[in-house]
Amino acid sequence: MKETLLDDATLLADFETKIEAETKIEPRDWMPEAYRKHLIRQISQHAHSEVIGMQPEGNWITRAPSLRSKKILLAKIQDEGGHGLYLYSAAETLGVSRDQYIQWLHEGKAKYASVFNYPTLNWADIGAIGWLVDGAAITNQVSLQRASYGPYSRAMVRICKEESFHQRQGYEIMWKMMEGTKDQQRMAQDAINRWWWPALMMFGPHDSDSAHTGNAMKWKIKRETNDRLREKFINKTVPQAELIGLKVPDSNLKVSGTDSFGEPTYEHSDIDWEEFWQVVNGNGPCNQQRLEHHIKAHEEGAWVRECASAFLNNSNSLKG
Amino acid sequence: MSTTINTSNSEQGPLWEVFIQSKPGQAYKHAGSIHAFDKEMAIENARDVYTRRNEGTSLWLVPSSEIVAVSSSESPSFFEPASDKIYRHPTFYNLPDGVKQM
Repeated sequence: MKETLLDDATLLADFETKIEAETKIEPRDWMPEAYRKHLIRQISQHAHSEVIGMQPEGNWITRAPSLRSKKILLAKIQDEGGHGLYLYSAAETLGVSRDQYIQWLHEGKAKYASVFNYPTLNWADIGAIGWLVDGAAITNQVSLQRASYGPYSRAMVRICKEESFHQRQGYEIMWKMMEGTKDQQRMAQDAINRWWWPALMMFGPHDSDSAHTGNAMKWKIKRETNDRLREKFINKTVPQAELIGLKVPDSNLKVSGTDSFGEPTYEHSDIDWEEFWQVVNGNGPCNQQRLEHHIKAHEEGAWVRECASAFLNNSNSLKG
Repeated sequence: MSTTINTSNSEQGPLWEVFIQSKPGQAYKHAGSIHAFDKEMAIENARDVYTRRNEGTSLWLVPSSEIVAVSSSESPSFFEPASDKIYRHPTFYNLPDGVKQM
């Protein structure tokens, strides 16, 4: 192989030229170890988030208020599982197996989006999750479609195609409740009160406090900063809340100007970072429950994997 | 596609590459990969993961270990023989005025 003859400085220069020229980096290409490590961390965290995110929504499948809403919720949760699989397969191209990623999750060495450590207390929460949590995720993922690592970027394109139904179904739930009885309206307002701030926290720390932003931006693993994406989400979402009569739970929220399309931009309060770090560090309302459930499901499924392995070894079924 | 790790002995089954044909007559396009223990499971997993919205009318599944590929560091020299044969392109040729379409 030619690359063994090249020194690291030359390889790095080639790599950076590619990044500069918007050429995607592919699994067999040389990449700096720090780039690979950052991708391993970011993509696996993303994959775990999709899968752990199935739990708060799964909590309401049996109690969905109609057959229509139950079918929709099932389809959405199935999508989340699928998104996890797209992302695990992108992450595996970095030389780490899915088993290893799941082991790191179970050992607490890998994280997932903190927002899924909040409980879903009633049906309105399913609306709030689809609208706000998926809405925030979409804002982030649209930007990541342009990520420099080919397999990650392609997974994002696929995921974004599927996500917009998720957000719409959530918003529709909220809208219907706001058109309903006083009690339903109170439930919807209560849900946005509880989910608004966790949704904003999904974008991560301020850029100035983010350990990972610098290299990630330089190497185009991330294309826009945490704060920029958060602003985009707020600007899009506040008018949607107002349209259906929901109040955004931020007393300092007010229009600060307009963007280049003439749409309003907003001034708002800062996030409660103490709460953010508490939940990130394992002290949110459901951290323990989410992880325990994942471990339990994984262990209870072990016999299926054992049977399938035994079947493969006995039948040599790859060739069969 | 994952070629850098050995997944054949893991408890998640070997890795397969998924190719989708979106409509009859079109070329198959790589969509991603999945784990499965045999051909039947590979096809079913690929359907469930990659074609939940009628993305395809047909699927190909190929064990990832069977894929042969050119790495990008080799590609300039590998494809070099094609680059100096510009006479293979129709735009290389001059045509007399008056030729309407060729």
